[in-house]
Amino acid sequence: MSLGRVGLFIPCYIDQVYPRVGMAAVRLLEKLGVPFEFPEDQTCCGQPQFNSGCFKDAAKLAGKMFRIFKDFDWVVCPSGSCTGMVREFYELLLGREKEKDDFKHLVSHTFELCEFLIDILKVETVDGSFPHKVGLHQSCHGLRGLGLGVPSEQVLPGQTGKVKRLLESLRGIEIVTTGRSDECCGFGGTFSVFEGAVSSFIGRDRIRDYEEAGAEVIVSYDVSCLMHLDGLIRRDKKRLRVLHVAEVLNRAVA
Amino acid sequence: MKGHARLAAAFLKQEERAHWHDQALWYVREKRDRMAASIPDWEALRETAQAIKRHALANLPSYLEEFERNAVARGAIVHYALDAAEHNRIVLEILKRRNARLVAKSKSMLSEECSLNEFLEQHGVEVVETDLAERIIQLAGERPSHIVLPSIHIRKEEVGEIFHEHLGTESGESDPTRLTRAARAHLREKFLAAEAGISGVNFAVAETGAVVICTNEGNADLGNSLPDLYIAVMGVEKVIPKTRDLSVFLRLLSRSATGQPISAYTSHLLGPRPGQEMHVVVVDNGRSEILQREKFYKAAFCIRCGACLNTCPVYRRSGGHSYNFVIPGPIGTILAMHRDLKKYKDMPYASTLCGSCSAVCPVKIDIHRQIVLWRNAVVEAGYLGWAKSAALKTATLGMKSTRLFRLGGWVVRRLSRVLPPAVFNNRLTIWGKSRDLPKMPARSFRAEYRSYSRSKKKRLESRVGREGRS
Repeated sequence: MSLGRVGLFIPCYIDQVYPRVGMAAVRLLEKLGVPFEFPEDQTCCGQPQFNSGCFKDAAKLAGKMFRIFKDFDWVVCPSGSCTGMVREFYELLLGREKEKDDFKHLVSHTFELCEFLIDILKVETVDGSFPHKVGLHQSCHGLRGLGLGVPSEQVLPGQTGKVKRLLESLRGIEIVTTGRSDECCGFGGTFSVFEGAVSSFIGRDRIRDYEEAGAEVIVSYDVSCLMHLDGLIRRDKKRLRVLHVAEVLNRAVA
Repeated sequence: MKGHARLAAAFLKQEERAHWHDQALWYVREKRDRMAASIPDWEALRETAQAIKRHALANLPSYLEEFERNAVARGAIVHYALDAAEHNRIVLEILKRRNARLVAKSKSMLSEECSLNEFLEQHGVEVVETDLAERIIQLAGERPSHIVLPSIHIRKEEVGEIFHEHLGTESGESDPTRLTRAARAHLREKFLAAEAGISGVNFAVAETGAVVICTNEGNADLGNSLPDLYIAVMGVEKVIPKTRDLSVFLRLLSRSATGQPISAYTSHLLGPRPGQEMHVVVVDNGRSEILQREKFYKAAFCIRCGACLNTCPVYRRSGGHSYNFVIPGPIGTILAMHRDLKKYKDMPYASTLCGSCSAVCPVKIDIHRQIVLWRNAVVEAGYLGWAKSAALKTATLGMKSTRLFRLGGWVVRRLSRVLPPAVFNNRLTIWGKSRDLPKMPARSFRAEYRSYSRSKKKRLESRVGREGRS
């Protein structure tokens, strides 16, 4: 199947703070033979503004994103929450574009990296090895907004999360089971600053869950949650490490 | 009035207690999960419950009239109150007319919303809360911190102290069974002496005029059957069309609330008992306004189970009293905003937007989506505060232009490499107070990708060149 034009959407904080995550996504897509473009004009999807309630500011950034990506057949992004921003909430911001075909196309063709692999490329297993004990952190927006996992509070028998399925196919990997399988890490975007005390408290609880389960690495599809957890881990001088799922998959695949 | 962030930070200062609070509520959430999982059609049941609520509230006037007709036919007297003040006045008048000075009251969030107890006590009526946890709260002179587990923030040792002071139990007693027995003996006297009973309502069935009340202690049943005067108070949204609708709601309510298959007592009151006078006070108090708001009307579907509180990572770590509103947590937030946007402006920000509230809600209210829409209302009204607004405006300016964005990123990365880490990781910065900032990379992704693409292109060209020569 010809995919057509695939645009790589790199969230602002990955661009500026975690280039290694973006590069891991680049190399992984290349290994899987996916041709893609990185439009250099992109900056931020507007999620920080949107989640703070500043819809007008967010709309300016959403409009920019729309102009940059509207001619792509697919948009792929190594972040659950930024993908969710486009897919779930752009219609609230770009009222005038809402009914346009290219807007509907963008909203329905923007995918988080792992779900792009599974749902569009039909990748069922990843041929690679990652012999580590992994705590899979199912960041909330991807978990509940995009359905990358199976939320523990819902009754959806027989389903397995998409990210978990990909990771489980790696040789040697052990995904540990934590108490509170999908508790929030407490990051919450600007919440982490507006409510610093609660945010850090929730984060430390979450880290303890992973420690007690014996994880060596916390893996997530959202590096924003990991930035928060890693900040706590380093402050408390703990031994845990954090990795984005793109880094894990890219390292695992030769 | 201190905002949520400050009250929550104060709550978390007692770390061990905060963990205990979190774990007690998580225990209830897990019980709820197990109970929900015992019904394979759980998700469909939630859909159905929402559909019934949507239908009932879209046809509210006719269902209320039908309920009234049938309740009156069974001998009840039905009153309507537009707001809290009218509700309180009606209740007081009924009590005065019968000269009732002692009331045995069952838990009712509506009466908390209307501050009924304070009002009645100002007018010389003694109100005794008969739900155990509510009684603890009342004796302690506090307000509930949870809508189903009102004294969840109080530990058994503290209950012992409160009972020692007010009920004369032994000092240092903290055994739950002995404390409960003491409360039961105390409450039994009150039940027998009470001249009136007041309770809330879980469901009002239009087709029969029945008032349905769910409790675990049977206290509502004593309160509504022993005294010769009984008053049920209910919000307009409690009306459901048919008895058979209860087969949906009763399966959802207790499972969601406490993880029980059903509450210990579910009483269907079909009119007064012989010799008794029964009143039903139906209160609007802003509910019909909620129903008229296109983005927010589903908030009125709430059946007050408290599941969204138990699952909320923020509520569990900040306690109900940090919210300033009578109903705390996620549902409290989206109800408070209808009441007073300015006063409760910080409540929508007390959320990570994790979405678990919407996923547990038995009537599928889109709680976390409403929370973010309320944040927008706060911003539009100009209540966000200048510092936060300015920071977000600056960020927007910087991100609108790709050049500025790159420049800004470059400056931050440079600074972070030149300045010592202590500049960022200290008590004065909110992020750095308890977390380290990420280690800044030398280059941005776009810079790295550009040189990567360039060298890849070169490699390709030289390979093509070699292959061309050979």
